[in-house]
Amino acid sequence: MPEVIYLYDGSLDGFLCCIFESYAKKEIPTDILQEELWEPTLYSVRAVPSDVAHARRVLRRVAVLSPYAADLLQRGFLTCLDRRELFLYRMVAKLLREGPGFLRNPADEVLYPIIKAVRALNGEAQLLRGFVRFSEFSGVLGAEIEPKNRVLPLLRGHFCSRYRNEAFFIYDRVHREALFYADGKARIVPLEHFEMEAPGAEEAGYRLLWKRFYDTVAIRERYNPKCRMTHMPKRYWNTMTEFQPPSYFRAKNSPSERAVPFAPNGRPGLAKPAESGPSDPG
Amino acid sequence: MDLLEKLTILSDAAKYDAACTSSGARRGFREGMIGDASSSLAGCCHTFSSDGRCVTLLKVLLTNCCVYDCKYCVNRRSNDTRRAMFSPEELAELTIGFYRRNYIEGLFLSSGVFRSPDETTELMIKALRILRETYRFNGYIHAKAIPGTSPELVEQLGFLADRLSVNIELPSEAGLRLLAPDKSRQAILSPMRQIQNGRAQNREELAKYRHAPRFAPAGQSTQLIVGATGDSDLQILRLTQGLYDRYRLKRVFFSAYVPVVENALLPARDTKPPLLREHRLYQADWLLRFYGFRAEELLDEGAPDFNPLVDPKCSWALAHLDFFPVEVNTADYETLLRVPGIGVTSARRILSARRTGRLRPEDLKKLGVVLKRARYFLTASGKLAPGGRISGEALARTLIVAEAPGAADPPMRQLSLFDSVPQGA
Ligand code: SF4
Repeated sequence: MPEVIYLYDGSLDGFLCCIFESYAKKEIPTDILQEELWEPTLYSVRAVPSDVAHARRVLRRVAVLSPYAADLLQRGFLTCLDRRELFLYRMVAKLLREGPGFLRNPADEVLYPIIKAVRALNGEAQLLRGFVRFSEFSGVLGAEIEPKNRVLPLLRGHFCSRYRNEAFFIYDRVHREALFYADGKARIVPLEHFEMEAPGAEEAGYRLLWKRFYDTVAIRERYNPKCRMTHMPKRYWNTMTEFQPPSYFRAKNSPSERAVPFAPNGRPGLAKPAESGPSDPG
Repeated sequence: MDLLEKLTILSDAAKYDAACTSSGARRGFREGMIGDASSSLAGCCHTFSSDGRCVTLLKVLLTNCCVYDCKYCVNRRSNDTRRAMFSPEELAELTIGFYRRNYIEGLFLSSGVFRSPDETTELMIKALRILRETYRFNGYIHAKAIPGTSPELVEQLGFLADRLSVNIELPSEAGLRLLAPDKSRQAILSPMRQIQNGRAQNREELAKYRHAPRFAPAGQSTQLIVGATGDSDLQILRLTQGLYDRYRLKRVFFSAYVPVVENALLPARDTKPPLLREHRLYQADWLLRFYGFRAEELLDEGAPDFNPLVDPKCSWALAHLDFFPVEVNTADYETLLRVPGIGVTSARRILSARRTGRLRPEDLKKLGVVLKRARYFLTASGKLAPGGRISGEALARTLIVAEAPGAADPPMRQLSLFDSVPQGA
């Protein structure tokens, strides 16, 4: 059989069309790649166009055989699993060949890498439900995240329910896409570049209150940075209010010389409450 | 005094209290209200403080002014400390501001006793009213019922909060008399009973009228301090079990005593908080709630305290070696749960996976079984997992080594090795 690599547009629909193509042409692709990531090799390539109808047919076929597999397929596509397309392709192929029996065994060799990646995705989304930090800009809530996996579709339901009557957005700096929500409608759209505005006085005030609360609740006698790191790996800290540098707590238009009253350097709680009013950071 | 300073004082004063999960409230979005309490189901952690504890709620005291004099408490009236008080309006606004920024899942409100239990509770009620009615806050609220509060006020509090708790404080009546002379076991247990009955009654009303207001829908919990008195782990665990059985509590929290005051009746100021003991109690509590263990299986008068070197489940397994090995292909769910290294999730996965074929030792890791503990206690298709055959004293030693490295545990108490490890094979 001639070796062929499929190229697709990077969307889930596009990927599903690659599966469709493989069955239509009765061939097994050597690899399935996003067009942007493809580098010329000796293999022949074929660009598979996105076709919503084809994509639907594939997904429906999978869902009829096993709703669980359809869920894994959609979630698996959001993961950062290296060559996830190929793994997912193999799962679908096995499902069509053998039926859904193997799906009950998480140790199955085709299934295991996908399950592992999806667990990581779910875990990351679960953590981010808590770790996302919003700021308010004239009534709109905005947040930025840096996740490994494309978690926005998994965060959508949660935050839309939490902020049903608000307008909000979450920007994913890594995958350059944003979730927008207003008037009961949510959309996820690609967004190349985004920069958060400096906070107003009230916003800066809340940031500071939160940081102070965070620093105060730790019990010095129980200081345990390793445990904290296990539950909240450092890669999340970059977008969390409590770990930001002093400038983050300064309101725009406020004289920048004015020092921000910090608890001592984020170290375990204050033995005595800090003195009132502005004091030196750290 | 500005808000930042108040927050500092009143969160500092509240932090030694352990209970901070928000699980158990199931309430989706409601029209015209802010927030929901559905994600709380999983006990959503919004951050972890530098001591590694999950922060879910804005946990503060309404005030740290207190007319009581509990010996173990920083807020007792005889202690010289700075006092502050939130106005109900301030507290409500702060909670909403934090909630909207996704800093927190809700509010955990406790308080020192300002003038009298009733007067304090009235202020708490006022704050919660503003939050629920003015700000239309639909998120999670956990409120402390102060012992000695009149039943009508406890009832009002219960209709505003998702969860109520009454701290049992100390494991024994004697301890209470000594250290918290203003509180009696009776004053603690009667609101607990009231909350339990209130919930039962409310369930009946809800069955009749779907829109009846809900009384503490997430149930009640309590907290007790470990290590301030001489009570044994067995006493504590029996009490815990009793509270689950008789008062239908959702959770019992343990809080390692941090010596914040000098008092002849209490451990010295430089005593380290008994974190490992607290950890063991939580492990045992887990076994009571999810693994079908009873307190009497884990401890007895002969060995009334947990082994600091191995966790309670391993301890039980070492004392019941004739129960093992368990064959993962045939054992039922309850039996699987008794194997060290198999948890609720991995036991379920085993049940599911073995329907597709016989499990081999090499499958177990993928199912989430912790082999470094489990391998000594199970077989798969009659085969032991690699390195699985040792017994007796060597086994105990191996398990101790398996737990020690990388464990989130603090340094352990110095003990002569194998103090209370059963030596039998
Ligand atoms: S009642 Fe006792 S434990 Fe509660 S704040 Fe007052 S002194 Fe502390």
